[in-house]
Amino acid sequence: MHSAATAGDFFFLSRIWLIPLFPAFGAAMMFFFGRRLQKATVSAICVGVVVVAFLFACFTVNDYTHFAHGTGQPFEKIVYTWLGSGDGHLTFLKKDGSAAAFNADAGFLLDPLSAIWLLFVTGVGMLIHIYSVGYMAHEGGYYRFFGYLNLFMFAMLTLILANNYILMFVGWEGVGLCSYLLIGFYFHRKSASDAANKAFIVNRIGDAGFILGALTLVWYLGSFRFTDLNPLLRSGHFAIGDPVLTAAALLLFVGACGKSAQLPLYVWLPDAMEGPTPVSALIHAATMVTAGVYMVARSNAIFVLAPTAMKTVAIVGALTAIFAASIGLVQNDIKRVLAYSTVSQLGYMFLALGVGAFAAGVFHVFTHAFFKALLFLGSGSVIHAMSGEQDMKFMGDLRQRTPTTFWTMFIGMLAIAGIPGLAGFFSKDEILWQSWSSEGGAYRVLWFVGFATALMTAFYMGRLIFLTFFGKPRMSHEVEHHIHESPKSMTVPLVILAICSVAAGWLGVPPSLGGSNPFGKFLEPVFAKEAHVMQVEEPRQLAAGEKEEEHTDPMEYTLMGLSVGAAIVGLGLAWRAYAHAGKDYKEPIAQAAPPLYKVLYNKWFVDEAYDYAFTGRRKVGDVRLGVLGLGEASSWFDAKIIDGIVNDAGWVTRAVATLSTWWDKWIIDGLLVNGPAVLSRFLSYPARLFEWGLVQWYALVMTAGLVGFAVYYVWK
Amino acid sequence: MQNHILSIILFTPLIGALVLLFVPKENKAAIRWIANLFALGGFLISLPLVPRFWATLGDTSHQFKFLEGTVNNWIPSIGAGYNLGIDGISFLLIMLTTLLGWISILSSWTAIEIRVKEYYIWFLVLQTGMLGVFMALDFFLFFVFWEAMLVPMYLLIGIWGGPRKLYAAIKFFLYTLLGSVLMLLGILFLYFHHHTLTGVFTFSIPELYKTAPQIPFATAVWLFLAFFLGFAIKVPMFPFHTWLPDAHVEAPTAGSVILAGVLLKMGTYGFVRFSLPFFPQVITNTSSTFMSLTVRGWMIGLSIVGIVYGALVSLMQKDMKKLVAYSSVSHLGFCTLGIFALNQAGLSGSVLQQINHGISTGALFLIVGILYERRHTREIAEYGGISNVMPIYATITMIMFLSSMGLPLLNGFVGEFTILQGAFTANWRWAAWAAPGVVLAAAYLLWLYQRVFFGTVTNPKNEKLHDLTPREILTFAPLIICAFWIGLYPKPFFQILEQPVNQIVQTIQTASPNVNAGAPRLAPFQTWDSSTHPNSALNNAPSPAQQASAAAPTKASN
Repeated sequence: MHSAATAGDFFFLSRIWLIPLFPAFGAAMMFFFGRRLQKATVSAICVGVVVVAFLFACFTVNDYTHFAHGTGQPFEKIVYTWLGSGDGHLTFLKKDGSAAAFNADAGFLLDPLSAIWLLFVTGVGMLIHIYSVGYMAHEGGYYRFFGYLNLFMFAMLTLILANNYILMFVGWEGVGLCSYLLIGFYFHRKSASDAANKAFIVNRIGDAGFILGALTLVWYLGSFRFTDLNPLLRSGHFAIGDPVLTAAALLLFVGACGKSAQLPLYVWLPDAMEGPTPVSALIHAATMVTAGVYMVARSNAIFVLAPTAMKTVAIVGALTAIFAASIGLVQNDIKRVLAYSTVSQLGYMFLALGVGAFAAGVFHVFTHAFFKALLFLGSGSVIHAMSGEQDMKFMGDLRQRTPTTFWTMFIGMLAIAGIPGLAGFFSKDEILWQSWSSEGGAYRVLWFVGFATALMTAFYMGRLIFLTFFGKPRMSHEVEHHIHESPKSMTVPLVILAICSVAAGWLGVPPSLGGSNPFGKFLEPVFAKEAHVMQVEEPRQLAAGEKEEEHTDPMEYTLMGLSVGAAIVGLGLAWRAYAHAGKDYKEPIAQAAPPLYKVLYNKWFVDEAYDYAFTGRRKVGDVRLGVLGLGEASSWFDAKIIDGIVNDAGWVTRAVATLSTWWDKWIIDGLLVNGPAVLSRFLSYPARLFEWGLVQWYALVMTAGLVGFAVYYVWK
Repeated sequence: MQNHILSIILFTPLIGALVLLFVPKENKAAIRWIANLFALGGFLISLPLVPRFWATLGDTSHQFKFLEGTVNNWIPSIGAGYNLGIDGISFLLIMLTTLLGWISILSSWTAIEIRVKEYYIWFLVLQTGMLGVFMALDFFLFFVFWEAMLVPMYLLIGIWGGPRKLYAAIKFFLYTLLGSVLMLLGILFLYFHHHTLTGVFTFSIPELYKTAPQIPFATAVWLFLAFFLGFAIKVPMFPFHTWLPDAHVEAPTAGSVILAGVLLKMGTYGFVRFSLPFFPQVITNTSSTFMSLTVRGWMIGLSIVGIVYGALVSLMQKDMKKLVAYSSVSHLGFCTLGIFALNQAGLSGSVLQQINHGISTGALFLIVGILYERRHTREIAEYGGISNVMPIYATITMIMFLSSMGLPLLNGFVGEFTILQGAFTANWRWAAWAAPGVVLAAAYLLWLYQRVFFGTVTNPKNEKLHDLTPREILTFAPLIICAFWIGLYPKPFFQILEQPVNQIVQTIQTASPNVNAGAPRLAPFQTWDSSTHPNSALNNAPSPAQQASAAAPTKASN
């Protein structure tokens, strides 16, 4: 590999494998010594390793830009053979009957795609670590919390930097584990441990899809390595719509649905808000939940060859976006609104990927990481100020008492709503425009779904901010008395994230607005090659990136205007309804359509339906369905039928033995052996009359006999 | 001495048992110390085998290494020999046995208070029996060890067990005996068949390998079934598994550890060592079916049912130990799935998973045993919030649960994934059907964890539980180290398994070249076999001449 030859010239790049190991070291320190360390030492170690990882990542990406010179050539560093014997003798048969080596490396890959994730994961991760020092200052299990956070950083970085699907899966399951541990951080609460279990098990369903997808790929193509797979897939040997690749893509997407909370596997994410708020910000908003987007983007060469899978991704993404947004409209728990918002925004990202606008999807991941982390950390700051209260019904009028939190969250709201000039505007509009224009307009209905979602997004975010910071104070006096702005370690990250929420968007200003979209340019090499494939096979399917540059359709400005209008209308509606909310404020949806409100408030009753149909925690009448129903049936079958047969076999053996004993005693021994004895005893009875064993009698008889004989002879 | 390393490993525990005979039974402390000394010694003495075996990896001309004894040297009149020898598969299982033997004896220190002397004596005898099974290269010797193992286990359950110990012990004994009697018939057939062909009476396994292909197909099917029943009960495969939960629940903790960790592997070892090489034509045949499934189809089907069914039943258990016992059914289903995938990945994954199961499930039984020793109940409902009072214990439990459910970077994942890869390349549907087992494993283990460890302590009896003692931590430490080792760097294990696994795959392909076994053609691994003629590895019977030549260089080096 020619990259390996030059790797030595780059100090940081050639040591890329150290990046995940820094936080792993922190986690190990907490595991072994955490209990004995002071809080200050814990913070120093755990925040320190993430800062080091962030700096190291920056230098590595800097090295990488010198290494690749804008060609996007991936840098690969294989540390050792992880799975397999490493000598090529452990093989398997591919689908075409040829043999390939069974092999997965502990290897690391850096290309523009992983570079972007690397930077924002370590960057946002670092800010959230700093924030946590303040947020968790008075909590028990401080070292445990930071140990888990560091472990999460290790897993997430492994996921991002892996050079093959199986090492990626290490990170994939690893972040799932950390998510489980952190959701269940307050393990005394049953709701927290329930939510943790739900998250892990739902994710496992996705993980099974991921593994099967990866196995399909390796069976078909012979390698898990991205650098082997991508050239092969782009070589033109595979037809568009290849059924095996379609299956692989769909299976991988099942994995993405689990991790990135898409329909129908999104149910775990809202419940995941049981974890501490920094966790919600880091894992359940900014980084982990984007892993599915990352994986699909990483697998773009496969998805491009599988139009059915692409359509599925787009449709699932759009449906998730509007579905989750609809629930977010009426929720009262501040973190839950943000959770549904996250699900909805992830839907946007998948919509982008599904219509082939990979760069736009990744761009939205990038901007979303900042403003959603900001909003979550802001909500954490609010909850902190409110002495733990999360219900917005009991908030209000916080803007003067927590000014930094207010201003930063306000910026976050504008960003996510898509107000021009802020990050969300650029990324969201690009997605909407791509879904309008790609495939010759085949997806326009998806554009409409996205547009409606944008309106809803603006409304529920406005509702969140106005209910929290405006209107009349609705909390109890005791709580009101304690309201205070959060410490510096919490507000400084908020300010930095607010700045990023504005600035990040300017990295991807599209040509139509006079920008040059450097973000898209940077990513182009990752996605450009399949654009070529698409053009060759189907001229109508133009690639996202290329099209965007050539295009200056007036329609684009119209759509842009429409979505800005939607944002303003949404915020305006929210302002009208909530800006002056007193203690008896009314929900406009509840007044307009009470049944709809009920359905939305109860989250479309999806959790209940799942409990009836899939988990079996609720009975349908007297019957238990789902996994628990199957489990009950299996247990009954095992105890009564299978073990029943075994015990019956034992019983039959004993019965036969008893019968044999009886037969032996009464027939063989009784009738056949003792029978003749009894018979002879009986028959000998007359004879025995004369012989009763008295010797004197015998003597008498003998004497009598003798006398008889003597008398006879004498007589004669 | 170099040639007798296997015998030394084999008889160290037995010598310990003999020494214990001379210790007065009142002196419990001395008995415990001596037993632990011999158990630890048995483990330490097996460690030199690791570098020595590693050094033989390059020698691919011999299937079995460290050969001891000559054919028929024990009872020449019937052709039985004291022949020992190991390959990569038995090597790993032997190391597992010596490790788990030491750990389970160490874990019994405070758990066993009655008939202490007899307990340790039987445990050490059991240890020798198990090691013998993995070392024997002679069917007669093998069968002696196989049966010799049964009696100590029967006594361990029957004397030191729980409330229903007699039922469990007798069920275990009779069920297993039923299988082994049929296997004995199979062995005797092979023995007489060999005599018919060659005029020689011998129980030597490598010799019998040579004549097995000449067995007529119709007979081979019955022989396969006889062996199958013996092994399937031992594994246990669905639906022959119901002795297992009873035996586990009633057995003392150390007995469960050995039962799950090693005894179950006898079945899978039997499949790999005997069923596959002796009857490849039966397993790969596609013409004769029973209820429209081929022999292999049945094997795979039972494995998959075992995986999912075992997990489902596990989910519903109210007794922790029973839950772990049923999870073994599920895990062993993966092992048999890998075996009958009949390809390199499946087989290596299967053997690796057998080791992993020994480590993880062994640890799970220790974990249950620790709570049982403190509270004398295994009812899940009796617990809750244990992580508040026993944090170290809770952490170790979490690690072992994660290892058991196959989390990457821990051992379970490596085995499971390799098996799934093997199954997938053989037939993608098999992997797809087995996948729910992975999800369910997370469900039953995490739910158990939640009910036992999370929440607050609600039962006042749990408030004063003390955390792990240093001795208890010591029992877990080697298992945790192994779990991480296999998870992070399994390469040496794959290298050790490469030769024996390739051998089996080659045997299968020689028997039926066209079978859709999903196994590689000969080409990829010609490199290791090209130096000798194709069957040399199989012809590697420990005949006197070969023994002499094999022994010669080692003697010279001394």
